[in-house]
Amino acid sequence: MGRGGEFAEVFVEDRTTSSAVLDQRRVEELSSGRDRGAGIRVVVGETTGFAHTADLSESGLLGAARAAAAVARGGGGGVREVALGELNTYPSRATVQPGDVEKTRKIELMRHADDVARSEGPSITQVSVALGDSTRRFVVANSEGVYAADHQVRTRFNVTCIASGDSGMQTGYRPIAGTRGFELLTPDAVGEAAQGAARQAITKLDARPAPSGDLPVVLAGGSGGILFHEACGHGLEADAILKQASVYAGKVGQQVASPLVTLVDDGTVDGEWGYLAVDDEGRPGARNVLIENGILTDYMWDYLRSRKEGRASSGNGRRQSYQHLPMVRMTNTYLMGGDSDADEIIAQTSYGVYVAQLGGGQVNTATGDFVFGMTAAFMIENGQITAPLRDCNLIGNGPEVLQRVDAIAGDFSMTPGTCGKNGQSVPVGCGQATMRLTGITIGGAAA
Amino acid sequence: MSELIAIAERILESAKGAEEVELYVASGVDTEVQAYQGEVEELTTASSTGIGIRILRDGPSGAQIGTAWAGSLDDQAVENAIKEARENARFATEDEFTAFARPDGVAAATLALTDDTVASTPLDEKIAMAIELERLVRSGDSRVRQVDSANYSDYVAEAAIVSTTGIRASYARTGAYVSVEAIANDGNDDQTGWGLSAGRAPRDLDIAKAAADAIRRSTRMLGAVKPASFKCTAVFDARTAATLFAIIGGALSGEAVVRGRSFFANRIGEVVAAPSFTLFDDPTDARHFSASSYDGEGLACRRNVMIDRGELKGFVYDTVSARRAGTASTGSAVRGGIAGSPSAGCRALQLSPGEIDQAEIFRRVGNGVFVESLIGVHSGVNPVSGDFSVGVTGLMIRDGELAEPIREITVASTLQRMLLDVIHVGNDIEWLPGSAAGQTVAIENIAVSGS
Repeated sequence: MGRGGEFAEVFVEDRTTSSAVLDQRRVEELSSGRDRGAGIRVVVGETTGFAHTADLSESGLLGAARAAAAVARGGGGGVREVALGELNTYPSRATVQPGDVEKTRKIELMRHADDVARSEGPSITQVSVALGDSTRRFVVANSEGVYAADHQVRTRFNVTCIASGDSGMQTGYRPIAGTRGFELLTPDAVGEAAQGAARQAITKLDARPAPSGDLPVVLAGGSGGILFHEACGHGLEADAILKQASVYAGKVGQQVASPLVTLVDDGTVDGEWGYLAVDDEGRPGARNVLIENGILTDYMWDYLRSRKEGRASSGNGRRQSYQHLPMVRMTNTYLMGGDSDADEIIAQTSYGVYVAQLGGGQVNTATGDFVFGMTAAFMIENGQITAPLRDCNLIGNGPEVLQRVDAIAGDFSMTPGTCGKNGQSVPVGCGQATMRLTGITIGGAAA
Repeated sequence: MSELIAIAERILESAKGAEEVELYVASGVDTEVQAYQGEVEELTTASSTGIGIRILRDGPSGAQIGTAWAGSLDDQAVENAIKEARENARFATEDEFTAFARPDGVAAATLALTDDTVASTPLDEKIAMAIELERLVRSGDSRVRQVDSANYSDYVAEAAIVSTTGIRASYARTGAYVSVEAIANDGNDDQTGWGLSAGRAPRDLDIAKAAADAIRRSTRMLGAVKPASFKCTAVFDARTAATLFAIIGGALSGEAVVRGRSFFANRIGEVVAAPSFTLFDDPTDARHFSASSYDGEGLACRRNVMIDRGELKGFVYDTVSARRAGTASTGSAVRGGIAGSPSAGCRALQLSPGEIDQAEIFRRVGNGVFVESLIGVHSGVNPVSGDFSVGVTGLMIRDGELAEPIREITVASTLQRMLLDVIHVGNDIEWLPGSAAGQTVAIENIAVSGS
């Protein structure tokens, strides 16, 4: 601040991670890591200067501060004292801290998953299990008096299976992930994931190429939420909005989706993968309604973008680590459940595609065109789920597809994912109940 | 550079015990500038160092490896990491194929991969490049309504690998990039287009070309329509083809093969691609931005031909996957920074060039689709089953010429089939960031999904 910054922030982070991989029944790799450092940003006018260092000594921090403040050349200089508020400390919500778990227990769980997956049949030729946890402590303080400390514990467990048959190889995948400690990983939960992954791979051995062209699609609860993450979530992030680089810019108050659609981004869903007590700028996580009954109500905001608009941040300022600048990111984004019955939605679809699991997606926020991949899907014929389909992408345009939601059930569930934006990855949750689109383009290889 | 290896050797000395030890020490200096509306929007400068440690214990039924890393070379951090790695090793399954690399007598190529001007160019000049890039795009065509980011970035990266099994390697690389995205509008809809230029240093960058690419790619997409579904030949431009080559390179990793995850397994000697298709990995070709003298285990990088005129010749291996396959490492270990362990992978893929240029490919194809950008590669390509389905924007090819723009479509096939369906390989080559250079390729029997 001595060099004329209008806003300055120090973010100090200490992260320890551990991971283990079981592949072909071998414990192949246990890895532990620790990364500590500070990121310092200084804002002058429209310019943000940022520097980071792993050297937490006074000289290291001052060096980074000078580098970050280099953008403030020509500023007034002088020293400004900042009265920090009382430190807001957010304790970890994990019951069992990762460091307290014997490594042999982790390995037992991975072996259990491997056994369960292989017991599904001899066509399972490959099982890979990964377990990882991270403990992230940070303190963030800024020139406006924000002073907060968080302790985040996250745990994940993935099972990937390969089934082999006459038609080649197929994959099945199930993740378990939460902002929780080791208590997340019960033998039952792990076994269920392993069984699900194995069955998915085996089922797909009989899969035929997916159709190509526009068809009605029923998305199962859970990972279907990726549709909204891509179709409008990214387009509702204020950085894209303020640069007029989103199809949703200037549309607050307008009908942007079917009246059935109420979309929420919610950092406060305890234990979910995208949960945060406080965001990476020290702002408490919040529940923000983005679309209500089809009408766009608000965007998502971080500190910088909200400051420009003279409003408060919505608690969506996130960063991958101290080495990254915060930007507007989603937390847990979900579609509110509806009144329909999941089985009836399928029964009332004469011909279409049932997507049981999605595997990720991507969007061009400026044009609204987006894709998402289906990793477990079936034909719907005469209201019945029939033949399994091979993997493919679905493609649509956000504002058009949001209008095509014509039924939402009440069987809500959430699924974890990793969201990438401008080279930064953060954990997010997606949620949704079984729902139907009247049409979207299936990118299959069948004629 | 010698400084890093000296540090690594000092730590190695302190870590020595009954086990084998391998250290990977890396450091980097990065600069990033983002320009917006004629000003610096973000400026990031940073330097980082870190260490990845692997410890190998020999047991009655084979060896065990434990891994740990630290984002600093602070004595205490390194000491803790060594302790963690040692502890982690005890839990790994003993495996007769587990081993560290040992020197194999192959001499490392001497490559010029650094340019001192990355460090010596004043920050103001780098900032000016980002601002000029944005200005050129905004002023180059009245239909460009927004430039959402114009970026300059560069790095100086060094790494050293030393081990108690005799490995002693160090290397350095510099790079500089500019990239820009234009949003064009014709009064109806928005379309976007990227431009980029890459080099070893700022002086290699062609700002005007990056700007012109972004303008051309965004403006010629204006008025794009979604066609009805059809089957046709797809011509992939150099950038999108490079993405395709990198995916195929993943299936040619010996690690994918020994883990039962590659559709190329057990097919050596078979015809897996069209006769015009020769794919090799050559990190010793300094024109690749990812070129390297040494691989991720400190063995010399070398040229490996995987597919020769359509015939599957071999895979790329690191030490462990090679031992499992009963062969020797091909010097193809890659590692994702200090936190990543070595695995087998390609880093500098290239096709043997064909004889005709892109315009001639359009003429010979006659009618089809020209693929200029991809979306959803990670969600729509399954490298195990080979299923391929990606979102695309591009242009129709009609009567041998580029015609109207098309959007919101997917192109689909399987990787296995696409390799056999390659009908033309261009004589063009574009050096790109990433693990593959790009060349125009034409592939038939592609399903285009539209309305």
